Amino acid sequence: MATETTIHFSVNGTAHTVTTDPKRSLLEVLREDLQLTGTKYGCGEGQCRACTVLIDGESANSCLTDVGDVDKREVLTIEGLAHGDKLDPIQEAMMEEGAFQCGYCTAGMIMGLAGVLKKNPRASEAEVMKEMQHHLCRCCSYVKYRSAIRRVLSPNRKDLK
Amino acid sequence: MRDDSSPIASGTCASGAVDVDYDEIVERVAYDFGVSRRSFVGLLGAGLLVAASLPAAAQERGRRSRASGARNIGARIHLGVDGTITVLSGKVEGGQGARTELSQAAAEELGVPVSRVQMILCITSAVPDDGGTYGSGTSPRTVPAVRQAAAAVRGLLISYAAKQWQIESASIQVRDGKAMDPDGKRSIAYADLAKSDEGVKLLQTAIPQDVQLIPVKEWKTLGTAVLRPDRRDIVTGAHKFPSDISRPGMLYGKVMRPPAFGARLESVDLAPAKAMKDVVVVGGDQFVGVAASNTAIAEKALEAVAPTAKWVSTTHNISSNLLYDYLQENVRNPLPPNPFASDSKTDSDGKPAAATSLRRTYHVPYIQHAPLEPRVAVAEWNGDKLTVWTATQNPFGVRNELAGAFHLPLENISVAVPDFGAGFGGKHTGECAVEAARLAKEAGKPVSLRWSREEEFTWAYFRPAAVIQVEATLDAGKIATWHFININSGQSAMESPYAITKKKSDYVASIPPLRHGSYRALAATANNFARETFMDELAALAGKDPLEFRLAHLDNSRLRAVLEKAAAEFKWKSRAAEKNAKNSNVGFGLACGTEKGSYVAACAEVALDPKNQKIKVTRVSQAFECGAILNPANLLSQVQGAIIMGLGAVLREETQFEDGQITNASFKKYQVPRFDDVPELDVHLINRPDLSSAGAGETPLIAIAPAVANAVFQATGKSVTALPIRVGGA
Repeated sequence: MATETTIHFSVNGTAHTVTTDPKRSLLEVLREDLQLTGTKYGCGEGQCRACTVLIDGESANSCLTDVGDVDKREVLTIEGLAHGDKLDPIQEAMMEEGAFQCGYCTAGMIMGLAGVLKKNPRASEAEVMKEMQHHLCRCCSYVKYRSAIRRVLSPNRKDLK
Repeated sequence: MRDDSSPIASGTCASGAVDVDYDEIVERVAYDFGVSRRSFVGLLGAGLLVAASLPAAAQERGRRSRASGARNIGARIHLGVDGTITVLSGKVEGGQGARTELSQAAAEELGVPVSRVQMILCITSAVPDDGGTYGSGTSPRTVPAVRQAAAAVRGLLISYAAKQWQIESASIQVRDGKAMDPDGKRSIAYADLAKSDEGVKLLQTAIPQDVQLIPVKEWKTLGTAVLRPDRRDIVTGAHKFPSDISRPGMLYGKVMRPPAFGARLESVDLAPAKAMKDVVVVGGDQFVGVAASNTAIAEKALEAVAPTAKWVSTTHNISSNLLYDYLQENVRNPLPPNPFASDSKTDSDGKPAAATSLRRTYHVPYIQHAPLEPRVAVAEWNGDKLTVWTATQNPFGVRNELAGAFHLPLENISVAVPDFGAGFGGKHTGECAVEAARLAKEAGKPVSLRWSREEEFTWAYFRPAAVIQVEATLDAGKIATWHFININSGQSAMESPYAITKKKSDYVASIPPLRHGSYRALAATANNFARETFMDELAALAGKDPLEFRLAHLDNSRLRAVLEKAAAEFKWKSRAAEKNAKNSNVGFGLACGTEKGSYVAACAEVALDPKNQKIKVTRVSQAFECGAILNPANLLSQVQGAIIMGLGAVLREETQFEDGQITNASFKKYQVPRFDDVPELDVHLINRPDLSSAGAGETPLIAIAPAVANAVFQATGKSVTALPIRVGGA
């Protein structure tokens, strides 16, 4: 068995120390050790992005990230996106649009969009959709997801209706 | 049609049918962990019984499910003395909107806002058995059942108030959960009814059959765009999907799988896993699994024993390139001859005259359901009592499977189904629940078992593959005879909806080389693909426009209405007129169909890139009608989702296998639709408040494949006879 390592990292602003096999995926540690189950397993190969989290502000597939690699870094999961009772505008838009059907891909969609906009708050719709193309929704609720994404982009945008 | 020699068959539930299965195909994994092991257990590979070695007796085709529903008001609706209103149903929520629409149904009849209704979906020990959540059954059967019970409760409130106030019932109205006297001065709430001795008694009486339901034209909640009640928990990550259920002391499991379909485990050395600290190991001739404090340790334990396993093949493992030959060679009955063969006009050599008759064979492959949440179950034992949280469309069936596998009475088992990550007809069975329960029993602790994507893509079941043969003759530009044979995939929507005097459809079972089962719309997609594609070839043969040709054969007014609507929105006539002169790499196609009481038509535009052999579906107009619309927002989601999901099977999806091994068991190799597959999409929902509501989760899927195929046919002039559609080259 692999040697256990002690890893210090922050999740949603809370400091965590985990002593475990550093090759375990961040997804598994979030879900099984920290009981943060909002981040989902969909494929384990980075193809569906249901497991998207932000690591130091950048979106990442937590299923392909070794927990050892987040030592001393900051992780943001879906549970940490809202400010108390005040939802993030992305969460509001997804909810108001009724964007999802089963909702299993939703956390990944939201964190993926948060990641693109964090990188470039002025990203064009085309730039945003290029990134969102990597996110799978098996209910194929893509039309309403796109409407929700446009709703998020529109307040500061003149090129969208 | 069910065979009671199947170990699963015993102990099914109840009489008084409220639910009917539509040709659901269910192949259960016949696990048996009891003392009396059945001889066929020896045929199994570790992990799963597979179709090729499954005795025919264990297949339950076209089984009529008998679900009891709720007899007493209290079994359906609970009124709390604190004013809470709890509604119970054995249906489950996998994204199709059952929770929302059942909440609306109760709220409508109770006269309360939908937010007042707390909807408890399936916990088998607590809710009525409303049958499986499939076959588009919730809207036509469970919604009315809930409305009936809720209307009965409203009636009790009114008669209770009438008695208290000594006035006529007819003068009392229910508003916002309260019975109001005609002056609006006195009111009695549901909580008051719940507090009264009389109310408690009445709420336990049988649901009367003759209650007055709110007429559609007076609906305030039903028929409106109510959003999913638990939507906030979805966007915050707070909702606990079955994968997210955690119990004190819970372990994480993994199960060893065979290397190929039909492989049988000869021997395995469990010692390497048993030597590992804090690992629970279960080994038998039919099942090898492990459980540990986290998934990584469980995976390592399994990796330690897997190389020691010795397997032998028990079946002739075929490959996908021989699939259609195999299905034809292994038909269970000879193909019925065309009863109208003598009607065919023949030339002097006795061969069918080419101008008036046509015959085609269509191929539809195995495809994946691929719900984003794979199979998962958490099992917990308390003595000989078992609780399982799992993702299934058939909770009472899963309970029966657990009872069969562990030789338990049904009352010892509770199956709970938290709102889960989709099914699409792929979660009718309980193998994962049984596996989790087996591990939990050994561990003496709760165990969570979540299948990997590869397991889901390999050991779940597939949509059945089909070979379809169609033969027809024309007389004076109309169809004179029609003979349609579906081999293997099923009978859904097999009958032609067109007015043809001499027509016959036959279904012939085959021996499926892979484990197959239900799927959203079942065989209706394959049968519509073949029929509607063939219709366009007949139209071409007759020299008619595909729309005109269909309408000339269509008496059914509801089907005509959706076809005409889709064609009008697509501007079919003007596009068809300008087509000939234009770019031949653009094509237009249309198709229609009906299934499970709802009606659909689609028009599609495709752009072909012959050099890269690519098809891009650029525009789709679809019209859909399912009677009175219960929730237009949810219906729109279902229809849009079905169209796009259907595009996957049209353009790319195909389960490939070689010598019994699935070779594209990943989202990388098996490409499902993504954002950039979405065409310009306009959906037209036709509301028919004068008609009862049919389900709508499935039928919107069945028109897109032939519409696209016909567009490709129009652009290329070449017949399309297989899914996924290939153009150019090979």
